[in-house]
Amino acid sequence: MTRRLIFDVSRPGRRARAQAPAAESAAPAGLPAKLIRDRKAPLPAVSELDVVRHYTRLSQLNFSIDTNSYPLGSCTMKYNPRACHRLASLPGFLDVHPAAPDASVQGLLQCLHELQDMLAAVTGMQAITLAPMAGAQGEFAGVAMFKAYHHARGDHARDEIIVPDAAHGTNPATAAMCGLKVREIATGKDGDIELDALDAALGPRTAGIMLTNPSTLGVFERHILEISRRVHAAGGLLYYDGANLNALLGRVLPGDMGFDAVHLNLHKTFSTPHGGGGPGAGAVGVASSLQPFLPVPYVEKAEGEYRWRSDSPDSIGKLAANGGNIGVLLRAWVYLRMLGREGLQRVADHAVLNANYLAFRLAEEGFDLAYPERRAGHEFVISLKRLRDETGVTAADFAKAMLDEGFHAPTVYFPLLVPECLLIEPTETESPEALDALIEAMVRIRDAALSDPEAVRSAPHRMPVRRPDEVLAARKPDLAHAPALRRD
Amino acid sequence: MPFVPHTGEQAEEMLDRMGLARLRDLYDEVPDSLLRDEPPSIFPGLDEAGVTRIARERAGNNTPLLCFAGGGAYEHHIPAAIWDIASRGEFYSNYTPYQAEAAQGSLQLTYEYQTMIAGLTGMDVANASLYDGATAFAEACLMAVRCNRKSDARRIAVARSLHPAWRAVARTLLNGQGIELVEAPLDDSGRADFNYVYENVGGGFDAIAVAAPNYLGGMPDLEAWRALADREGALLVVGINPVSLGLLRPPGEFGADIVCGEGQPLGIPMSGGGPFLGLLACKAQYIRQMPGRLAGRTVDAAGDTAYVLTLQAREQHIRRSRATSNICTNQGLMVVAATLYMALLGGEGMRRVASACHARTAQLVEALTAIGGVRRAFDAPFFHEDVLCLDRPVAPVLAALAEQGILGGVDISSEYPELGNALLVCATEMRTEDDIICYARALREIVAPRQRAARNRRATSARRTKHEPDDSGQTT
Repeated sequence: MTRRLIFDVSRPGRRARAQAPAAESAAPAGLPAKLIRDRKAPLPAVSELDVVRHYTRLSQLNFSIDTNSYPLGSCTMKYNPRACHRLASLPGFLDVHPAAPDASVQGLLQCLHELQDMLAAVTGMQAITLAPMAGAQGEFAGVAMFKAYHHARGDHARDEIIVPDAAHGTNPATAAMCGLKVREIATGKDGDIELDALDAALGPRTAGIMLTNPSTLGVFERHILEISRRVHAAGGLLYYDGANLNALLGRVLPGDMGFDAVHLNLHKTFSTPHGGGGPGAGAVGVASSLQPFLPVPYVEKAEGEYRWRSDSPDSIGKLAANGGNIGVLLRAWVYLRMLGREGLQRVADHAVLNANYLAFRLAEEGFDLAYPERRAGHEFVISLKRLRDETGVTAADFAKAMLDEGFHAPTVYFPLLVPECLLIEPTETESPEALDALIEAMVRIRDAALSDPEAVRSAPHRMPVRRPDEVLAARKPDLAHAPALRRD
Repeated sequence: MPFVPHTGEQAEEMLDRMGLARLRDLYDEVPDSLLRDEPPSIFPGLDEAGVTRIARERAGNNTPLLCFAGGGAYEHHIPAAIWDIASRGEFYSNYTPYQAEAAQGSLQLTYEYQTMIAGLTGMDVANASLYDGATAFAEACLMAVRCNRKSDARRIAVARSLHPAWRAVARTLLNGQGIELVEAPLDDSGRADFNYVYENVGGGFDAIAVAAPNYLGGMPDLEAWRALADREGALLVVGINPVSLGLLRPPGEFGADIVCGEGQPLGIPMSGGGPFLGLLACKAQYIRQMPGRLAGRTVDAAGDTAYVLTLQAREQHIRRSRATSNICTNQGLMVVAATLYMALLGGEGMRRVASACHARTAQLVEALTAIGGVRRAFDAPFFHEDVLCLDRPVAPVLAALAEQGILGGVDISSEYPELGNALLVCATEMRTEDDIICYARALREIVAPRQRAARNRRATSARRTKHEPDDSGQTT
């Protein structure tokens, strides 16, 4: 199937006439001619209907939470309540210029301040910054604060961050961006960190450790209190990658586990949309020892008034042009106000219930759990190594076949420790009926792999495209439509 | 809890099947000392009607202001179609398109977006977005250091006329890797003074960075900057406002190596400062040092056109600590909005918007500088926004204007103390002639009553001596 680009629909002279102001009668005043374009910007010349139809049709080629189950491990693809979108889009919130005086945005600041307080409560941390615009920026803020903390104590030797081998790729990438060395430690056979490996890594160069709990293997780190004790005893700090907080919301507080800094992916646990890759928000909570180093700005309440504060002398600085992804923060505020105190634990309980039920049933059906002896968190790993050895069908093939069944594929080949793995996270918003349908689909694919492996290896067959040639894409990068850029 | 679909009976059946008695048993590997029976204390939950009531009240507590502020965030008309389409669940609630077959819509759209940004900036390629203009600038600096293999300076020279928040964010992000940002101060015409840098810091830079138009509305001579970069063996990084490129010659035509910018003007609401959209484009030779996602066109197993995320070996999920950046989540939904904006406006529409913004701002500057005690800071061409100097501190003037429902601009006097009482003003195509008159009248009332009173006194004393008619109504 060949689909047209918007540039193919373009016809010189056509335009969406309702969408541009009248032409100015005079040439732009005061600007030297050499600064003015000699031809119009090479953009499509199309009608409004052309645009609406083209992009509506493109949207229909996507899977999304609104249209499909999305058991994508580590990504927490739960339902994004429409109320969050509708209310964050009220004109009183959208039409606010970032330079508007605090007195004119008290309603907005009150929401953000409440969000800070609610996030502090659910993490057990002292203070929250809402500035980071994604989880990775939250990680950057956390690790930069670790560095600032050590330096403020005159300790300049701590240039290593310890990261388990199962960690998200952003963890080591963040440590490198902060100019720290990454020290990777092994995970044991049971899915917990090897304490001996930790001891070997700890020392006077340890700035801290970055952990996800439950880990990316989907299991709770049972030695967490001991890890916390040993890292602190060595003079290091603990960073909590909150990507998996959905497993513990309201049940276990990162602060209780001994973490000094926590980032939260509001687009995961707090149900703000993924938007095809963003925008997210990566609020960070810290213990009181790190509070002086928090990025600016943050919202403060004083004498009954809310205001932005930026005057912290020891702050690691600014992370965003303005106060962060405020529209995303408002969606999280709406979600948390709807969830309320009594809803927190129900989220984690049902996310964990769904994951355990799914894991249990799949094991009954003969799938291999990576950690069969362990209780699953909100997600779990299965390995298709046995199936691959028998049939040649890989985890990637299996994932593609799931698309044909109408399910988004689980995360594949991550974590890196488990061969031919699928990381499956159903979330609490999927019904038991949806889980049963997922199990049936996976059994069907497995049976197909045994009876007609070639059909599975060439999947998908019913999607808008067949498997794309990724090698060609990387070898001869075609990143822009050349005819649209030609200058003639 | 509003979004859990399980009936109580179903949850029990699921637990039963696993041989568990209650939900709490699901946490049997969590140490008892950590497991809470009581949830943390936050507000009790609300239904949709209840939260709607509160949200409306809060939104209502924000005072709408007639906006004459720019400085990196602009009130433009946002065509209705943009957010109708961008809010479709298929764009709003999908994930990063790692499974290409289930995301051809997002991938093709991103490819079209990359093409439009490349075309608008006159560059070869653009990425699939960064967080905002400030982080795009920081990433452009990091990228330039990686790209410039001839230099080991680990220093970037940046014009002080580039957005203060962009410079601040770049300092935060460059600091970790020991890369220094050296600022070239403003000369009398608001241009960056590189002689100062040479005299005080010396040469040797990985890149030289400037914005066109700059934060102060000035238009740098990019030909001269290209020549300077060549002489220094430095890359040229140019910050842009995408709407301005509807009218202005793009930086690619001046030989820019890397272009970064704030994409908010492309159909994205101001929303108190975010989410915005970081633009990044470069010459083809630098692609492999580019941070962030890239969509590419290829063919599928049947030989038909298909789109994928490509060159992922640059990224954190593959390269881990040796990745070009730690960025993972980007601003995907804002890319949808910007793509629809550029498609709806087209080259002609973008030219008109840019021209209208320039014309409205010129009218605004003319109207405001007619007031005593208000003058332009620089006698140089400006685009879309300009700096005014007041004869008194800016903050109380802006506060008084806000009392009258006007956001009179951005107070830049603490960011640029060398400019004195400096106010950055802007009028987009949304401002009418009446709006401008309204602002000028209000400002005159605030800054000129003393002048009027003084004139009145002079007139009165003149009348006493010369018995001339009262002209106080026409004095100001």
